[in-house]
Amino acid sequence: MCDTCGCNITPGNEHLVRGDGRLVKTDEGREAVTVLQSLLSENDHQAAHNRTHFDRHGVLAVNLMSSPGAGKTALLEATIEALGAAYRIAVIEGDLETENDAERIRARGVEAIQIATGSACHLDAHMVHTALHQLDLDPVDILFIENVGNLVCPASFDLGQHRNITLLSVPEGDDKPAKYPVMFRAADLVLLTKTDLLPYLTDFRPERAERYLRELASESPMLSLSSSSGESMEDWLTWLRSEVAAQRERIRQGATLRPAIQPDGIRLHSDASAGHAHTHGHQHAHGVAHAPGGEG
Amino acid sequence: MHELSVCIALMQQVERIAQEHDAGRVERIVLQVGPLSGVEAPLLEHAWPLAAAGTLAEAAELVIENAAVKVECTQCGAVSEVAPNRLLCASCGDFRTRLVSGDEMLLASLELSQMNSQPVQQQCV
Ligand SMILES: Nc1nc2c(ncn2[C@@H]2O[C@H](COP(=O)(O)OP(=O)(O)OP(=O)(O)O)[C@@H](O)[C@H]2O)c(=O)[nH]1
Ligand SMILES: [Mg+2]
Ligand SMILES: [Zn+2]
Ligand SMILES: [Zn+2]
Ligand SMILES: [Zn+2]
Ligand SMILES: [Zn+2]
Repeated sequence: MCDTCGCNITPGNEHLVRGDGRLVKTDEGREAVTVLQSLLSENDHQAAHNRTHFDRHGVLAVNLMSSPGAGKTALLEATIEALGAAYRIAVIEGDLETENDAERIRARGVEAIQIATGSACHLDAHMVHTALHQLDLDPVDILFIENVGNLVCPASFDLGQHRNITLLSVPEGDDKPAKYPVMFRAADLVLLTKTDLLPYLTDFRPERAERYLRELASESPMLSLSSSSGESMEDWLTWLRSEVAAQRERIRQGATLRPAIQPDGIRLHSDASAGHAHTHGHQHAHGVAHAPGGEG
Repeated sequence: MHELSVCIALMQQVERIAQEHDAGRVERIVLQVGPLSGVEAPLLEHAWPLAAAGTLAEAAELVIENAAVKVECTQCGAVSEVAPNRLLCASCGDFRTRLVSGDEMLLASLELSQMNSQPVQQQCV
């Protein structure tokens, strides 16, 4: 992949890989090779490819992350209820074992692809790629990817989404951003969920949760809602509508968007990613056509 | 958690580079892993032997360099070393900072030993 295109070479590390800096003989006669590749560069390339799929089909892709049971599927159900008539929604569900979440979505008349991750505790870009080729993306406005319930590793794997949302449910406690900085730093939007429980869990202070988030140098909005009672859903729906509009505008301008936090691999690619083509060794032998420029 | 899958991806990367250089053995692998990368160095070290077993990196020394978390303040310009969950400017206290190091997750370099004396290919990274 990048080993041939050199797109991980940046002005900052170029001196290491050009000329004499490239290979150095050590005392023991070994050869030292400077690499400077993200440990997840393979995943990052697949993610960029997924993002191209989404953009070509005019889809806004949103990755939902949270601890187990924070209310991701309930949020999707309530969102489908509210916006299902205005937008065409599809869902990719990541779960260790069951089809339960996908069935809950299908019961609302929305297409859902279940990825059974087996023992994997996160989704990666390859799994999402396999799933997205089971979907007809053309009629889709918003694709939600419900990640595996886990506040740790899903944050490290770019899936090709445009936006990351991290849910924090009231029963979990307001200090979760301080305990899981990697996850909360990755959020373009933090959703405080299950706010109908605030009267019972009185030591949860929304303003304290927000302060912990700001201490991660995050300027991302934090919105509150309850999927059960329906309270404060409107702020979230407004955010989502504006994201769909923003994605349509980007597509008009031939632009794309990555989530707020860019892992190293992406950062190292940012200068070169527009300028080179990759072959990723897979054929698009599936129902969806990929004629260049023929989609939108 | 996901450290084993990271190690397997790393192993594939290492094998490819070793092949490109006609190396017979990988002697040393240097990673840079920051506290905000989402990868835990001790878990990587633990998972590594599983991924490396039976490969040409089986006996390699795995060196993990742990970069400090540093932020640059967008308001006053100060650069400060901070805790991973308190990325505030140490000088003026503002939260509007930019992370300058601490989230890296890189394969930095490799040391290879040759099985033969062919010249090494230069064009690939
Ligand atoms: N009180 C209350 N309960 C909620 C709310 N949203 C979800 N729940 C409950 O929380 C539990 C978990 O909700 P899910 O939507 O399945 O959570 P999830 O994040 O999708 O869970 P996993 O996919 O297993 O990680 C269910 O029993 C829901 O009924 C809410 O707004 N208020
Ligand atoms: Mg769920
Ligand atoms: Zn590349
Ligand atoms: Zn594809
Ligand atoms: Zn994982
Ligand atoms: Zn400052």
